Amino acid sequence: MKKNMNKTSKNNFITYAMVVVIFAVVQTLSSTGNLSNLLKGLLVPLCVYTIAAVSLNLVVGFSGELSLGHAGFMCVGAYSSALFSNVVGDALPSVPRLILAILIGAAVAGVFGILIGIPVLRLRGDYLAIVTLAFGEIIKNLINVLYVGVDENGIHVATSSAGLNLEAGGKQIMKGALGISGTSTLYKDIKPYLFLIGIILVLITLFVVQNLVHSRSGRAIMSTRDNRIAAESVGINITSYKLLAFTVSAALAGVAGVLYAHNLSMLKVSIFDYNLSIMILVYVVLGGIGNLRGSIIATIILYALPELLRGFSTYRMLIYAIVLIAMMLFNWAPAARNWRSRIVEKIKGTRPKKEAA
Amino acid sequence: MAILDVNTLSISFGGLRAVDNFNITIEKGQLYGLIGPNGAGKTTVFNLLTGVYKPTEGIIRLDGEDITGKSTIEINKAGIARTFQNIRLFKDMPVLDNVKVGLHNHHPYSTLTGILRLPKYYKVEKEMDERAMEILKVFDLDKEAEYLAGNLPYGKQRKLEIARALATDPKLLLLDEPAAGMNPNETQELMDTIRFVRDHFDMTILLIEHDMKLVGGICEELTVLNFGQVLTQGKTAEVLKDPAVVTAYLGE
Ligand SMILES: Nc1ncnc2c1ncn2[C@@H]1O[C@H](COP(=O)(O)OP(=O)(O)OP(=O)(O)O)[C@@H](O)[C@H]1O
Ligand SMILES: [Mg+2]
Repeated sequence: MKKNMNKTSKNNFITYAMVVVIFAVVQTLSSTGNLSNLLKGLLVPLCVYTIAAVSLNLVVGFSGELSLGHAGFMCVGAYSSALFSNVVGDALPSVPRLILAILIGAAVAGVFGILIGIPVLRLRGDYLAIVTLAFGEIIKNLINVLYVGVDENGIHVATSSAGLNLEAGGKQIMKGALGISGTSTLYKDIKPYLFLIGIILVLITLFVVQNLVHSRSGRAIMSTRDNRIAAESVGINITSYKLLAFTVSAALAGVAGVLYAHNLSMLKVSIFDYNLSIMILVYVVLGGIGNLRGSIIATIILYALPELLRGFSTYRMLIYAIVLIAMMLFNWAPAARNWRSRIVEKIKGTRPKKEAA
Repeated sequence: MAILDVNTLSISFGGLRAVDNFNITIEKGQLYGLIGPNGAGKTTVFNLLTGVYKPTEGIIRLDGEDITGKSTIEINKAGIARTFQNIRLFKDMPVLDNVKVGLHNHHPYSTLTGILRLPKYYKVEKEMDERAMEILKVFDLDKEAEYLAGNLPYGKQRKLEIARALATDPKLLLLDEPAAGMNPNETQELMDTIRFVRDHFDMTILLIEHDMKLVGGICEELTVLNFGQVLTQGKTAEVLKDPAVVTAYLGE
């Protein structure tokens, strides 16, 4: 049992170390001038999608529910935090303003998670997939027609620019389909550190998810995935633990949204669509359901690859497709799984059976 | 006072009265058997006792407390734990963690304590590990603690289910065909384990079983169910001699 404990902490440690090493390598490459501007531009989005994939894995991999609306939670996190940053403006220095923005984005996304989870997670069956899918689309369409502005009378909300009725000197912040502009300019002074901040947020996400999974509540969450009837028979409240996983996941997706919004000078709602939710789900599935380190690796490979392949424009999508299939086989084909466990066996000298999920 | 006291318990599925006017009284520390031909309604009785189904009629008292109509979770907290005829383990979790899920409600700490790894997390997890290993030892599963439950051989999976149920510290343990699929050696060993559990944990056990050697060997009293109704009840030796019971089984 002591061994069991050490094994999970070792496993967690490897994941943190992997992220730190990736960060160090990228920093070295970048300071020695070996990183193109194109690649540098991918770094913060990479953190965004890593956070999104790790948090989605909590729902898909550990609570065994299917969510197709992860982009929706990123969206509410992005917009609530960007709105906050723009309303507060220079009244607060960048660092505390960003910290507050992150907390607000997480909280708002978390609240949406609770609101959706409470009615839906009571039901048995794949209702969550349908409802989250609808949620993502509804949020997108709502924000598309939402206008928010501030003047000396306070905050105004309307469904058209004219409807805001701002006083002279008032400022429009959210402009419907045009979204929110100028968020990143508010953070000019910390812009060079945004990748570092992104990495810290990735580490925090991993800390929360790994520690949650390897705790009493995490075991309860996994028990509802493995067998809900048995879980109830030993007194586990299925709805509340599924709700816990879903809410934490939504809040962390909100954090991904905050990072996304604060990296851009132009935040548009159109990116938070169904395709984004599916893309993140693909990262989770190909990286291995319930495998957090796999989510990170899959995100890096699958997000960076199409960009790196731009030079081979004709074959780009072909190569991408081949890599997708190869990863799928590597992670899921029984032969590949056996081969991997044999390798693990050789390295560790333990029996593959003892490998915990 | 009886640990379990059930009166006129009934349930219908459509037109079928799967359990009809079922009564049973089990005293503390008893090893009690529920037998009957296939489809007699035995598992349905377990599902009624554990709140999986709500009875259309009748009352269930556990240690004097009326638990009729309560949810499965509340009933487990009140003190009934069970195993399943078709094994239901947490297959993708280690053996140890299966038992620790059973300990869930008895060793609490908050989710935040777990995420932040506060000192209480280490303290309670250590208690849980020790308690879980103690229970696993009883079933000779301690060496497999780190295996995934789904990778255990069949007989050990059945034992792990009992271990997990015991971890919830019940007043009454319900075993649904614990010897199903076991060879005679394993069955013999299981009989010893069940007796040991009763003595060591001071447990009251109600078990469903088709293996007459096991039933005759360890149950002190029996209830025979046929077509949802109680056919006979009483001391094991007498019940097994009852001609009505013999016909019920042979006529099956
Ligand atoms: N949920 C249900 N809906 C409809 N009918 C049911 C349901 N559950 C059980 N039954 C029926 O009730 C009857 C009793 O089933 P039950 O599973 O309790 O039998 P059993 O005595 O456990 O049999 P076995 O020895 O084969 O396990 C059967 O005819 C079964 O088809
Ligand atoms: Mg049955």
